[in-house]
Amino acid sequence: MILRRPFFWIILAIAALFIYLPLHGNNVSLREDLILVAIAIILASNLNLMIGYTGYVNFGHIVFYGLGGYVGLYLATVRGLNLVAAALIAGVVVSLCAFLFGLAILRLRGAYFALATIGILQAVQSFVSNFDPWGRSTGMYLSFESYQSLGGAMHALWVTYYLIIGVMALSMILSLAVKNSKFGLGLFAIREDEDAAVVLGVNATVYKSIVYSVSAFLPAVAGTFMFYKNGMIDPSIAFEYMLSLEGIVMLMLGGQGAVMGAALGAGLYEKLRSYLLTSPKLSDFHLVIAGGLLLLVVLFAPGGLMGWFYRLLPRAREVVE
Amino acid sequence: MSALLEVSGVSKRFGGLLAVSDVTFNLDEGEILGLIGPNGAGKTTLFNIVNGVYKPDGGTIRFQGRNITGISPDKVVHRGMARTHQIVKPLNDLTLLDNVTVGACFGREYLDLKGARAVALEVLQQVGLGKRAHMLARSLTIAGKKRLEVARALAAKPKLLLLDEVLAGLNPSEVGQMIDLVRKIRDGGVSVFMIEHLMQAIMSLSDRIVVLNLGRKLAEGPPDEVVHNSDVVEAYLGFPDIVDKLTRTAQA
Repeated sequence: MILRRPFFWIILAIAALFIYLPLHGNNVSLREDLILVAIAIILASNLNLMIGYTGYVNFGHIVFYGLGGYVGLYLATVRGLNLVAAALIAGVVVSLCAFLFGLAILRLRGAYFALATIGILQAVQSFVSNFDPWGRSTGMYLSFESYQSLGGAMHALWVTYYLIIGVMALSMILSLAVKNSKFGLGLFAIREDEDAAVVLGVNATVYKSIVYSVSAFLPAVAGTFMFYKNGMIDPSIAFEYMLSLEGIVMLMLGGQGAVMGAALGAGLYEKLRSYLLTSPKLSDFHLVIAGGLLLLVVLFAPGGLMGWFYRLLPRAREVVE
Repeated sequence: MSALLEVSGVSKRFGGLLAVSDVTFNLDEGEILGLIGPNGAGKTTLFNIVNGVYKPDGGTIRFQGRNITGISPDKVVHRGMARTHQIVKPLNDLTLLDNVTVGACFGREYLDLKGARAVALEVLQQVGLGKRAHMLARSLTIAGKKRLEVARALAAKPKLLLLDEVLAGLNPSEVGQMIDLVRKIRDGGVSVFMIEHLMQAIMSLSDRIVVLNLGRKLAEGPPDEVVHNSDVVEAYLGFPDIVDKLTRTAQA
């Protein structure tokens, strides 16, 4: 079914490009650029399931990424698990946590839900900062030897890069599959009018809980790979609130609700951010610019780049989803 | 034969306000039952209790012989009871087709996406929105949105359809079309329970009418019997002998 969607193949082509470009000429700095873009796409795509599809704004989405990093790193280093197994278990554990959080906060709607997600982020961050097995506020460090299992540090960096690109492709495919499913239609109905959706037969409580915990899975897996690659994790980088907010900017910029919107917004924003951060004059201004950008998008192009593109070429909806 | 819907002794209180008080009635299969009453009589509240939006504080609701009191609206739809809203609730940024597909997907037959689309197209044709299937719901006029409400509910393939003021706000020719549509729906084997303020319409459509006032059932029976009931006249006009008094004053 999904193989028949042209956009499925576009996703694979994008992933192939991400792999080919840095590999061609062993361009390590390009690889490091693209890995940040890929992480941004993963976060924005999964956030899109909540914001763009279901209409529930999650300010604390980064909590899944950070918690996934902690669980995965703990399993891979302290417990000595294989990296991929550790990442998958981290994904499952974090999804279960999300399900439990969801039971508590998904009764809330609109701004109240959004506020509660900030509460979840703060609570988890405080917990981790005081949790002994995870090194409290100093975090955990990876010993250099742990890269040996992946054939040495140099090689391990490439392996984690491929894994992250894989998660990126899966994130987009997940978004595409949900969008074209009955489950997705139920989510759209909830987004448009939750009361009406329930009267039409959508079990909103169950649907919201499922999508909330599904949106936690791939970010948690990516978190494991990313912090493994970085070799360390601590509460302030794992639960970076700014990154959570920037995820929302990426979605608005690219166009929430569209699979390509999340990816495009994430890609462009990440590029812009790294340009601003590395530019000596503007390095402190990237959040100012993010804020300005968000304002412009909300005021003049509420559908984001994809909304504008669809207005220009309405037929493109069927191809670039 | 047991009734399709049996409402017995249902009450609902909001704080100090008794919105619905000890209401009992039955709806038979194949029937169009009208529900009328002055503003604030509790008609929509009664609908909300029947389809599970509100839990009643007392009383029971049985549908097709099974107790459905207090179960959630989405499960009520699966059992075969769909409804429309007085204040229309279109899924604005979805197409008409998607709106109606939601109804078919999550309705009594719980169809898959493909089957639901086919049903949705059929139902859109039936209510006269077939040509606009790919437009966004927000672009419809109020009459169109009312039709969309009906289409979504019909797509659920209900045994019983609850219509909450589908005629309000329509112009006379639209009213005529909607009345025809309701008849067609009933002739298609769906029982109808409808709230309506438009007296002529409800008089001609209903087999029986239930009258609510201040949350209580005031009268029940065939349309012409109900309108001549002195309690009903009082509820609508103030006091029962107002007609006599007015004519006497005029004569004097």
